[in-house]
Amino acid sequence: MIAIDLAIIWAFIIAFAVFVYVVMDGFDLGLGILFPLFPEKRDRDVVMNSVAPVWDGNETWLVLGGGGLMAAFPLAYAVLMPALYTPMIVMLLGLVFRGVAFEFRWRTTAQRNRWDIAFFGGSLLATLAQGIALGAILQGVHVEGRSYAGGWWDWLTPFSILTGVSLVVGYALLGATWLVMKTEGELRDRAYHLSWVLLLAMLGTIAAVSIATPFLHIQYTERWFAWPNVLMTAQVPISVAVVTALLLRSLARKYDYQPFFLTLALFALSYAGLGISMYPYIVPQSITIWQAAAPANSQIFMLFGVAALIPLILGYTAWAYWVFRGKVKPESGYH
Amino acid sequence: MKLRQVVPMFEGWDAVVLARAQFAFTMSFHIIFPAFSIGLASYLAVLEALWLWTGREVYINLFNYWLKIFAVAFGMGVVSGIVMSYQFGTNWSAFSDKTGPVIGPLMAYEVLTAFFLEAGFLGVMLFGLQRVGPKLHFLATLMVAIGTLISAFWILSANSWMQTPTGHAINADGQFIAADWLKVIFNPSFPYRLVHMVLAAYLTTALVVGAVGAWHLLRDRHLAGPRVMFSMAMWMATLVAPIQILAGDQHGLNTLEHQPVKIMAMEGHFQSHKDGAPLILFGLPNQSAGRVDYAIEVPKLGSVILKHSPDAPMAGLDTVPRENWPPVPITFWSFRIMVGMGLLMLALGLFSLLMRVQGKLYDSRLLHLFAVAMAPAGFIAVLAGWITTETGRQPFTVYGLLRTAESASPLAAPAVASSLIAFIIVYFAVFTAGVIYLLRLMAAPPHPGEEGPSHEVPIRSAGITPAAGAVTEGAAR
Ligand code: HDD
Ligand code: HEM
Ligand code: HEM
Repeated sequence: MIAIDLAIIWAFIIAFAVFVYVVMDGFDLGLGILFPLFPEKRDRDVVMNSVAPVWDGNETWLVLGGGGLMAAFPLAYAVLMPALYTPMIVMLLGLVFRGVAFEFRWRTTAQRNRWDIAFFGGSLLATLAQGIALGAILQGVHVEGRSYAGGWWDWLTPFSILTGVSLVVGYALLGATWLVMKTEGELRDRAYHLSWVLLLAMLGTIAAVSIATPFLHIQYTERWFAWPNVLMTAQVPISVAVVTALLLRSLARKYDYQPFFLTLALFALSYAGLGISMYPYIVPQSITIWQAAAPANSQIFMLFGVAALIPLILGYTAWAYWVFRGKVKPESGYH
Repeated sequence: MKLRQVVPMFEGWDAVVLARAQFAFTMSFHIIFPAFSIGLASYLAVLEALWLWTGREVYINLFNYWLKIFAVAFGMGVVSGIVMSYQFGTNWSAFSDKTGPVIGPLMAYEVLTAFFLEAGFLGVMLFGLQRVGPKLHFLATLMVAIGTLISAFWILSANSWMQTPTGHAINADGQFIAADWLKVIFNPSFPYRLVHMVLAAYLTTALVVGAVGAWHLLRDRHLAGPRVMFSMAMWMATLVAPIQILAGDQHGLNTLEHQPVKIMAMEGHFQSHKDGAPLILFGLPNQSAGRVDYAIEVPKLGSVILKHSPDAPMAGLDTVPRENWPPVPITFWSFRIMVGMGLLMLALGLFSLLMRVQGKLYDSRLLHLFAVAMAPAGFIAVLAGWITTETGRQPFTVYGLLRTAESASPLAAPAVASSLIAFIIVYFAVFTAGVIYLLRLMAAPPHPGEEGPSHEVPIRSAGITPAAGAVTEGAAR
């Protein structure tokens, strides 16, 4: 019998959308987080222009992640969103501030500084909220019947704060290595310097989260350390060590592209680790992907769209990045 | 509850009422921007096509002028839209669980077919003219315009399914599931709503463009750009306003068939009329007493409009259990505001036609003043129309099947109240600033050699030399 497990396919699709979001909006939010470190208007223009043509597309993956979750796993969406109420609202408001800053900052001289602050503050808040939400999901939420049954502050724990801070550091590193790739001269030198510091900080947070996670639930411990699982799961920390070594080398040799893509590899590995901890739950320890799955005909209906359209979307997104490839320069304006 | 004391403004409101207020508030802010950017995206595509076709510089000037305005409005539409897509989960989780299998896929298709298209080509549209050349750039503009229309298609399908649900079944968990996707998507009210909304967006944009043109003509009648935009906008008003009224009338007949209670509320028909219902022009609907106070009415006209026969009987709200009544005063008044705006638009269209025929389109100060005053009319009509539609569906989220009270998230009132306050503060701060920047852009007339945002926002690559002068070359052809 060839049984196609739709729930697993959809879990992969949603995970893919969220990962693409993290990768794409990650560097873009990271630039916002780093904004105060570039006080000169000239530098800020370059930093912002390096993502202005693509930020909207980057953020659309977040809409796909949320909308896809509602469509493919409505129960999970219905349980998680109220559980994460405050971080979600904070994230949305943060995204409002930083999203409008892209246009508003060019429309005013007197208030430009205000929108620069909005860009920084919005990016920081949105990132922190996403990281906290991640921690809150990992630690599990209180479910009764088909709905969330906890309070509106349950998400706030030392662990979720740790994941929040980790994500801020991680996005900032993505932002810094993006700048290495897209800028030149003194700005690029500073981005190198920042990448060093942030890389060390990120390794610290990866270690802290990895140590803390097994303590959350006995299941996580078993998943990672039980024999023979450990043979497979051990690949993750080993790969992290290898990628880190390559990343350090690329920074030392001042490569252009490698630091960014190796940082992405670090993210991919952390994300795989997350998948190992969570599978097969979508709301950890209470709702599995099969329990949350929408009826098959909804999932099949959307599968056609995803199969036909995601490759197309990736195609024209790549084209847009290609059009704006290369280093961003401030001087060569038209006037 | 401590927060109750911090927010005395919402004392006594329960979480459901607060969530409704929040949805209404954030949605009303959101729809203002799509109503404008759907129309403007199409207008920009037309301008660029005219430029490519005729090579006249005035078109590219106008294009660049409106492009900057579009960029600001579009940005605000995007950020307020992202809020909407997550609000279903945060505030309406029971609704999401139950209707997710049906409307979730529609919204997922909206993301896949529309949002990515808009966002993917937006960057090239805004910044890329010098990089990709006029032809590819036009393609990008076209894709953005098409994206906004596809977006309207899916979201209005989702909303229409909530108004007139068809093609579904209900499973053991109490979830709606699709039995027939075509029936779900093309549910009975969808074609009417799609036509009415897209026309509304075009009219809204035309009125803004016309007002900006008129504003500059009032100062100087000879400016080339304002003359062109004013003329284009007035053609739109002349042609589309009557079509919109016709579409609205058909929409109303469709509503009478599928949501008769909504029509009763819109018309203020508390009582049934056996031999011909009046048309109540104005009055004060009194929900608790079940009558319209101080009604000014035309006998039999209600039946004429809705049933095309003066003596046709019409049922009233007295045939409906009270717990299923929508809030009549809101529905009644918002409907009249929309229709009033529609009639004013018709008047503007006819007046401009008259002036055009007499060759005074660019000279009539009265016409220009009228056009300036009508700038907000489209937005007012769109908001009023949606309020009619949505409050008239109450007390259900899925008409007749799922009550609003059973749709909400299990949240404590203080949580919803604080997020509502946060949205109110942030939206007013952010969007007021945005509207000021928009008005400032519109206050300056388009000038020859108008620069697109790409000039002010220098994005240059080391690799390729942008085809400098692509604009002037094209214009010279
Ligand atoms: C008739 C049109 C219409 C209606 C009724 C709505 N929208 Fe909208 N929306 C659009 C027309 C639109 C648009 C034209 O596609 C926008 C507006 C400006 C823009 O940038 O795209 C948009 C933007 C937009 C975005 C940002 C897309 C992006 O990232 O590029 C999201 C997530 C939503 N909307 C979600 C919603 C939800 C959940 C709605 C209902 C509750 C809703 N919209 C009603
Ligand atoms: C585009 C313009 C829209 C506007 C201006 C609008 C406005 C409103 C208003 C005023 C309410 C509150 C009604 C009341 O409580 O009396 C409401 C509720 C609601 N609307 Fe809309 N709406 C729009 C579109 C949509 C769409 C496209 C959807 C779904 C796809 C939708 C789904 C809902 C839901 C779920 C509620 C909450 C429950 C309720 O209070 O009825 N709305 N909307
Ligand atoms: C003057 C004649 C008009 C009539 C008779 C009319 C009729 C209607 C009716 C009956 C509805 C409610 C449908 C329902 O919920 O079932 C509606 C909704 C609406 N109207 Fe109008 N309308 C008119 C003019 C306008 C104008 C001029 C605009 C905007 C420029 C507009 C924008 C809207 C919008 C946005 C909605 C909500 C979406 C929808 O349900 O289609 N209307 N209209």
